[in-house]
Amino acid sequence: MSPQQKPSRWSYLTNGIIRENPVLILMIGLCPTLATTTSARDGLGMAAAASFVLILSNVVISLVRKFVQPSIRIPIFIIIISTFVTLIDYALQAYQPSLYKVLGVFVPLIVVNCIILGRAEAFAYGHGIFDSFLDGLGNSLGFTVLLVTLGSIREFFAAGTIFGATLTPAWYRAAPMLFFIFPPGAFLTIAILKALVIKFKLGKG
Amino acid sequence: MNISKIFIGAFLVNNILLMRFIALCSFFGVSTSLDTSVGMSAAVVFVTMLAAWVCWVLWHALLLPLGLEFLRTAVFILVIAGLVQFVEMFLKKYMRGLYSAMGIYLPLITTNCAILAVTFLNVDYGYNLLQATIYALGVGGGYALAIILFAAVRERLEDSPISPSFKGYPIAFVGASLMSLAFLGFANLFGITL
Repeated sequence: MSPQQKPSRWSYLTNGIIRENPVLILMIGLCPTLATTTSARDGLGMAAAASFVLILSNVVISLVRKFVQPSIRIPIFIIIISTFVTLIDYALQAYQPSLYKVLGVFVPLIVVNCIILGRAEAFAYGHGIFDSFLDGLGNSLGFTVLLVTLGSIREFFAAGTIFGATLTPAWYRAAPMLFFIFPPGAFLTIAILKALVIKFKLGKG
Repeated sequence: MNISKIFIGAFLVNNILLMRFIALCSFFGVSTSLDTSVGMSAAVVFVTMLAAWVCWVLWHALLLPLGLEFLRTAVFILVIAGLVQFVEMFLKKYMRGLYSAMGIYLPLITTNCAILAVTFLNVDYGYNLLQATIYALGVGGGYALAIILFAAVRERLEDSPISPSFKGYPIAFVGASLMSLAFLGFANLFGITL
């Protein structure tokens, strides 16, 4: 590949945000996306925890990639990822107990989040440390934007607020559409978001 | 908590796919045909039971007495990965019939969050071995119920006239939404809350 055709650093960062958004375009990492977005704040908390693990595991995997034999790479990736998951698990328990209670089992389940193992396998194992950091950051931003959007939409309809800020008149908040806080509302919201992505051809291909 | 409540809770009220949003990747990825859904469900039920036993014993016999609770995430995921590999080799050598039925789904199961979630939740809820077994059975059964019903819906969707924007994933999400709405009707069944 000649230098001119090499993808730029900028594209490593931006790819994950819209063009290859892990959730909306590639449809991976759906479990935490739907389960933890009952409000914008919870969505942001989940995204922050997953981003911490994604960025650091990308950097560390890129750092050790020369020493890891291809045949045993998956167990090594899993050990590295689960180390960071354990760190964030204990940190949240200690410093953000209310958030930890909401996220519950989804914090340890970050270890099987397809986005993180997917980026390790598809990018960090074959790229330098700084590029892997950018890739991790870009994908984290894409994940965060989506979770906060989904959380805001659901919170807006189900409680009439976004990030706890009141945006609707009192008569709406007296009888809001609680449907959106329940699982069916989550499925319907992502259905509509995905349909919009297809309609306006936001993703690649 | 009595056994039948644990089972009904895991099977219907807190259905792992439609109510708790765990293992959704396989829910949308594998449910394109009825045959693959049945094979995948069989593999999930089988491995969930095994993993629940192995992780329960490891937790109570090794990690807890030695004060190594912080190793839970790493140990459980590695145990499940190893277990899946072992089951695959065992079936391949000794049970060819079963292997051809569910063999190709086994590697996919390592990253199936339903199994890992069951092992974590057994610890979090403080279940004994019998309760853990029943819970694993309920979750596995609930997974099978939801994914097989959903596969039938998706096979019908293939032939339906759907607007281009909603073709594929979006209409599948709408279907899942309606199914989940139906399952919401089980809330408070026998006093089991969400």
